Amino acid sequence: MSEILVLVEHVDGEIKKVTLELLTLARTLGEPSAVWAGPGCGDAAKAKLAEYGADKIYVADSDEVVNYVVAPKAELLARLVADKSPAAVLVASTIEGKEVAGRLAVKTDSGVITDAVGLGEGFVADQSIFGGGVNVRSRVTKGTPIVAVRPNSTAPVAAAGAGAEEKVEVAPSEAARAAKIVERVKEEKGARPELTEAAIVVSGGRGVGSAENFAIIEKLADSLGAAVGASRAATDAKWYPHQFQVGQTGKTVSPQLYIAAGISGAIQHRAGMQTSKTIIVVNKDPEAPIFEIADFGVVGDLFQVVPQLTEEIEKRK
Amino acid sequence: MNIVVCVKQVPDTATERKLRPDDKTLDRDAVDGVVNELDEYAVEEALRLKEAHGGEVTVLTMGPAKATETIRKALAMGADKAVHLSDDALHGSDALSTSYAMAQALKKIGFDLVILGSESTDARTGVLAAMLAERLGAPQLTLARKVEVNGSAIAIERITDYGYDKVEATLPAVVSVVEKINEPRYPSFKGIMAAKKKPVEALGIADASVDASAVGLAAAYSEVAEFAAAPPRAAGTIVKDEGDGGVKAADFLASKKFI
Ligand SMILES: Cc1cc2nc3c(=O)[nH]c(=O)nc-3n(C[C@H](O)[C@H](O)[C@H](O)COP(=O)(O)OP(=O)(O)OC[C@H]3O[C@@H](n4cnc5c(N)ncnc54)[C@H](O)[C@@H]3O)c2cc1C
Repeated sequence: MSEILVLVEHVDGEIKKVTLELLTLARTLGEPSAVWAGPGCGDAAKAKLAEYGADKIYVADSDEVVNYVVAPKAELLARLVADKSPAAVLVASTIEGKEVAGRLAVKTDSGVITDAVGLGEGFVADQSIFGGGVNVRSRVTKGTPIVAVRPNSTAPVAAAGAGAEEKVEVAPSEAARAAKIVERVKEEKGARPELTEAAIVVSGGRGVGSAENFAIIEKLADSLGAAVGASRAATDAKWYPHQFQVGQTGKTVSPQLYIAAGISGAIQHRAGMQTSKTIIVVNKDPEAPIFEIADFGVVGDLFQVVPQLTEEIEKRK
Repeated sequence: MNIVVCVKQVPDTATERKLRPDDKTLDRDAVDGVVNELDEYAVEEALRLKEAHGGEVTVLTMGPAKATETIRKALAMGADKAVHLSDDALHGSDALSTSYAMAQALKKIGFDLVILGSESTDARTGVLAAMLAERLGAPQLTLARKVEVNGSAIAIERITDYGYDKVEATLPAVVSVVEKINEPRYPSFKGIMAAKKKPVEALGIADASVDASAVGLAAAYSEVAEFAAAPPRAAGTIVKDEGDGGVKAADFLASKKFI
């Protein structure tokens, strides 16, 4: 079986769930090798990667790889592609993951597919395009297939791999050090799961009415262990920070359950959540287009319905 | 400062978009074309930078003849001139060959700053700016919610999953913007009239030193194996809140084993 490179997404030494999903997918198609860019690959991290099937773990343990925008990661992967001739490279289809994939494709003169929601034999990728209206299956026809796979495309399943570590010495080129990250600013909101990775997302829109009222959305989210999302109307009004925006110009989410409260369901919002498995809607306007994609909808005032739902969930725990 | 803004004509998201059965590319004739929404923010940012620092704003579009509507809109907003990269050979180009052709055109035009919207509403790959930076060997300043230029220094705030990164570089650079960056202006009547007289240079692939065998559908790096309209979601259950809407929603969640 052939080697498949999987770029590890990690924050503060913690591996993100999407990486375990990618390893799980890669195992069905070849032998996964994890690629760790930057410092922080400790024993626990290595054990986790091995637990989910990484046969090899390439570690580029250097600040240089993460202190510049995207380019050094693409360089690292390009070098591994040249040295190891893998059958494919998988990255998470996050905004940064896609950019890494794009630069890598140029460097290696290979095709790239982004926003895959599934991946099968021959690296044929499933995509959902035009706001969820059309399903496409496509494949790379030149070079080493580079596929960016969306979080929540598959369930992570453990199956031990050898997890053999191989250090990679890296010194990003001058061109790759052109855009320097001088500060990372965290604008986090509590200890909730990350939006794109969460199994459940509860989003609020203009109907929520104010920043303070978002507490209602947060309470419901916390009762379900969910992430909080927001429509653009809510982030534009500064009721909730921009990185929680779901939609065409925000995050694309594909959770098991998406709850939309006070959101009308504009096409640009739907583009970011339409592939959610189950959708629940609370909206006082029975004509709101979001009801068209609801599995369950309540026509009513969110200030009544949402707190009652939260209370009911707490009761049934 | 010599600023080039890349704008793209895309099908109106409000209309139904389809793939052509013959070559599996987007059927652009069947739908109204509009300026890719995020590109209006790119044009606005270019105009603001020009207003603050002087210079010239050139619009670059790659697309069929019909895309002139998009160019006129950007000129009406206040851009100075435009370059329209158009050639039958470009039809069906994927992200890789598009970035190649655009990079060649940009090299020909020359630039201190290239500005793009971070994503188009049709392809939504979000990779073009990164690919251009790679091809041009210029710093990648993408996903900017704020841009500041000071002499040859440029700083942006790049949005991330946890908030934002402050990023610094030196011009020339490639910037992509998100919609939180500004509020695009509407073209004024005067602007619309003036746009009619602004120069639009037509650029064929040979003019831009683009190798014809490296663009278009035949040169694509990936292929659509098959496509189909997504099966409609099964109609859901909609209830009117009679004071027990939350309870009913909880019943539904329980039936699906979420609680
Ligand atoms: C370039 C561009 C990009 C965009 N990108 C995005 C994006 O990424 N994400 C996004 O979300 N949008 C995006 N939009 C905006 C999109 O078109 C809509 O304007 C936006 O989604 C509307 O947000 P909303 O549904 O919260 O507000 P509205 O459309 O105003 O809907 C509010 C809803 O709340 C309901 N409501 C009000 N009060 C209550 C109450 N008390 N109880 C229950 N229901 C109530 C109303 O009936 C209504 O249906 C984009 C637009 C453009 C032009």
